[in-house]
Amino acid sequence: MDSVKDIGISEPQRIRKIDVFKLNAWFDDKQALKNINMKVYENQVTAIIGPSGCGKSTFIRCLNRLHETVSGARSSGDIFLDGENILRPGFDEVVLRRKVGMVFQKPTPFPTMSIYENVAAGIKLYGRYSRSDLDRIVERSLKHAALWDEVKDVLAKPGPSLSGGQQQRLCIARALAIEPEVILLDEPCSALDPISTGKIEELLHKLKKEFTIVIVTHNMQQAARVADYTGFFLLGELLEFDVTKNIFTAPRNKRTEEYVTGRFG
Amino acid sequence: MHHQILFDQEIEELKGRIVNMGELVGRLIARSVAALAQRDKALAKQVIKDDVEVDRLELEIDDRCINLIAVRQPMAIDLRTITTGMRIATDLERIGDLAEDIAERALELAELGLIKPLVDIPEMAQLAQEALTEALAAFRNGDVLQVKSIWDKEKRIDSLRDHVQDELMATMEKDSSTVRKEIPLLLVARHLERISDHATNIAEDVIYMIQAKVVKHGGGEKT
Repeated sequence: MDSVKDIGISEPQRIRKIDVFKLNAWFDDKQALKNINMKVYENQVTAIIGPSGCGKSTFIRCLNRLHETVSGARSSGDIFLDGENILRPGFDEVVLRRKVGMVFQKPTPFPTMSIYENVAAGIKLYGRYSRSDLDRIVERSLKHAALWDEVKDVLAKPGPSLSGGQQQRLCIARALAIEPEVILLDEPCSALDPISTGKIEELLHKLKKEFTIVIVTHNMQQAARVADYTGFFLLGELLEFDVTKNIFTAPRNKRTEEYVTGRFG
Repeated sequence: MHHQILFDQEIEELKGRIVNMGELVGRLIARSVAALAQRDKALAKQVIKDDVEVDRLELEIDDRCINLIAVRQPMAIDLRTITTGMRIATDLERIGDLAEDIAERALELAELGLIKPLVDIPEMAQLAQEALTEALAAFRNGDVLQVKSIWDKEKRIDSLRDHVQDELMATMEKDSSTVRKEIPLLLVARHLERISDHATNIAEDVIYMIQAKVVKHGGGEKT
């Protein structure tokens, strides 16, 4: 499959935040992504689903060029972010990662840092800020991540002292602190209980007003709940991409249907 | 995966129950009209009694569907099958009620007598029953081709209804003394036409289930 136009999505005009063309990715000789063409729309949540090993994590790790940091890993093709090719040689990946933040499967608070320092860690890399500026950014980010009310009186406590769900929102706050435009989430709820998962999902719904979100998830109900668009990956290929409702009520591809109904994968 | 096999079995069981309900409802249509044609009060009373079982089946099927949605969180074809199942159960229950209504008219006319042997009404009943059987076969087998002739049958039933109506009105205009024998037949023709509409609804829902295509309310090609 090729572009959204080819599959006839009749949605209101959306702005393409990310345009992926003929993306291939390898780990040494093993090809992890095959000729991926996909759009990510601005201020929308795009979910990536598919069985383990289908390439979905590799795909989002290409979107902030984290993939190539693994030894033996490489990629080819083009990824345009706001029309600029981020895979072009010489593209500044520091600039890229400031625009494209990432949250991982397991909450990864910096163990020796306080809650406050965890949120401030990212922005400190990008420049010198006054204490009052930092205070303001930390508060804003924690509010954005719906964590402020729970931690505002314990900001000096170590990050890892929080519950798993709070830690994950702390990581989201850390990603938001650098004011990215796109947030990538790689199975952000798989280690969380349903209540914490619900909080993150609610958060995504709010965050998409300001950010563009791409989420990899194993949980199909989660994709159905949070995403506007969903892409189904299988064996390194994007088999189907459509508005989420269609993927879960009337998928066009037989393999998508088998996957979303739990008949394989 | 074990739970998947179990789910497939549950879906098959659900379909089986819906088909059973449909078969029962189909028999009620045939019997209600037979009771009318033969002025058989016992048969008419039996239809009224059996409709209770139809109502019970509707509740049972609804309960199965809601439980499957809650427990399995179905997607795609499974979701469409279960939601379609609930709609079919509603349509079948309505058909059961209409068969009961026909049986009531049969009881009235068993006393009053028929103005002439019935011709069009048994044909309407036969066509409606066939349409229902086809719609349910399509549901059971997931095969849209099996509903192909339903729209022709619906048209034929509509024209038979018009014919019955015209004929009865003409006689009523000539001789008002037979009105009491004719009004119930007008109603029966109307009930059978409604039954045919419900069978058509089922066929449309089955097309949605199989092809994820909405053909209701003029929403596209029927097959």
